Amino acid sequence: MSRARSLRTALVLSPPLLWTVLFMFVPYTILVVCSFWRAQFPLFVPDFQFGNYLTLVQDPQYVRVLLRTLKIAALTSIFALLLAYPYAYFLVFKVRRPGVRLALYMVVVAPLWVSYLLRAYTWKTILGTEGVLNSFLVSTGILDEPSSVFLYNQAAMVVTLTYVFIPFMVMPIYAALEKIPRSLIEASSDLGENRLATFLKITLPLSMTGVVAGFTMTFCLSFGDFIAPVLVGGPDGLMIANVIASQFGAALNWPLGSALALVMLVIVLGVISASDRFERLGKGTLS
Amino acid sequence: MTAMEQSSVALSGGKRRSCIDRRKLTERVIWTAGIALILAFLYIPIAVLVAYSFNASRSLSWPMTGFTLDWYRRLAENDQLIEAVWNSLYVATCSTALTLTIGIPAALALHSINFPGKAVFRKLVLLPIALPGIITGISMLSMFRLLDLPLSLETVIIGHATALLAVVVTQVYARLQRLPVSYGEASADLGANGLQTFFLVTLPNIRSAVVGSGLLSFTLSFDEIPVTFFLTGRDNTLPMYIWSTMRRGVTPEINAVGALIVAVSAILIIMSVLLLRDKNAVR
Repeated sequence: MSRARSLRTALVLSPPLLWTVLFMFVPYTILVVCSFWRAQFPLFVPDFQFGNYLTLVQDPQYVRVLLRTLKIAALTSIFALLLAYPYAYFLVFKVRRPGVRLALYMVVVAPLWVSYLLRAYTWKTILGTEGVLNSFLVSTGILDEPSSVFLYNQAAMVVTLTYVFIPFMVMPIYAALEKIPRSLIEASSDLGENRLATFLKITLPLSMTGVVAGFTMTFCLSFGDFIAPVLVGGPDGLMIANVIASQFGAALNWPLGSALALVMLVIVLGVISASDRFERLGKGTLS
Repeated sequence: MTAMEQSSVALSGGKRRSCIDRRKLTERVIWTAGIALILAFLYIPIAVLVAYSFNASRSLSWPMTGFTLDWYRRLAENDQLIEAVWNSLYVATCSTALTLTIGIPAALALHSINFPGKAVFRKLVLLPIALPGIITGISMLSMFRLLDLPLSLETVIIGHATALLAVVVTQVYARLQRLPVSYGEASADLGANGLQTFFLVTLPNIRSAVVGSGLLSFTLSFDEIPVTFFLTGRDNTLPMYIWSTMRRGVTPEINAVGALIVAVSAILIIMSVLLLRDKNAVR
């Protein structure tokens, strides 16, 4: 019996274990190893040196791209939060009918099912010099001639990325707000707190786990994006993922690209573990 | 109390009530306007995408110039595009099947089996949910390169299955956690072996999570760019084809593809909502 059982366990375990080792553990290890190699024709030679990392630190263009990417990702997350929080709050506390609430929730989540690429592309068609917004403003007389300020800059990237990733902000905040017991809010108002104080002392702190989860998701996703920069970012809008992609493409420096990817990986993992820690901290104070 | 005093009391009460009513009304108007703005932000771009697929002129500018189905006719004649659609269907079907066959046992293992390295396994499996796809893409590219494996649609399938594993595992795992342990125990007490218990008891109970995550995986794979970008050989998937067209410039043909994708997505969403409702009705 116990042998049959352990055989069964092995059968359940081995496909996922084999898969993760073969297609996750091994490739990530190769990435780490490759980041210490040297680029040489045709591709690279094994080595152990820190030259790639040194290049990343010394060449100001890489630091600049990294800082720009961090800035865009942070701005995107902040704007997504500013839009998503009131929306989720409205759904949970202002909408009475469950059917309407479900419908309004689905309306925000639904765009996730529509191609991400096309959702980014449509902003290019809206913001372009000959695009919808410009021609609309010209035909209504607000602008005299088409303006090029809308497209190919960082603002356009932030707008596009906010648009693309906002569902990831709404979902966890909605889930967190929904879990707050109504009795707590009623108790607060019974005790004479006004609504702002109730919000600041009860609702907001109790929804922080959702805010942090949404912020983490949105930040990581926009941090690694390489579609929006190409479509709406313009010449000085490249982000770190674009630079990595070009090292594996035209620039043909895989070791440097690997090193850059590892920097990206470390930052993403740092953000995730910080948010994990926050979540555990929150649970500690609640119980 | 004189009649006049009474009426003045009533009046002031009425005044206060109307004051509160007005405040409530203003608040309501502000909320509604804000929500309407957010919805406009979400849906005007999609409306623009769809509307301009029917626009007669090649340029995407206001005002629109007239109605045409020309862009759709061109799509139907575009062999490259049609091939890309078939490639995408092939990739999405295979990677969904693959990710389900690996993801369901992975969720079962995380749920009910203790083994050395479980914590690492969990971290590794769930990583791609927040990890930029580009990292999965280039790390696999490096491995295939070192193994001298030529890139093809099959390498894309392996990449997608790996990246989507996290989606399946999280959803199935969450469903398993809500499943009473007693079900499995009852099944074992009644003499079912592990396989029977899985197929007759566990699987029917987690069906909605399996179908839901399967549908989601399919959509995500159909739409995937970052992993595909690095792992595809000469064959293009639909997003890669659209991407290469897009980089050359804006054309209403892309809008037509977009409108079709919006239509298919809408059907899928309605299907999954109905599925969800059926499940709730049964329970």
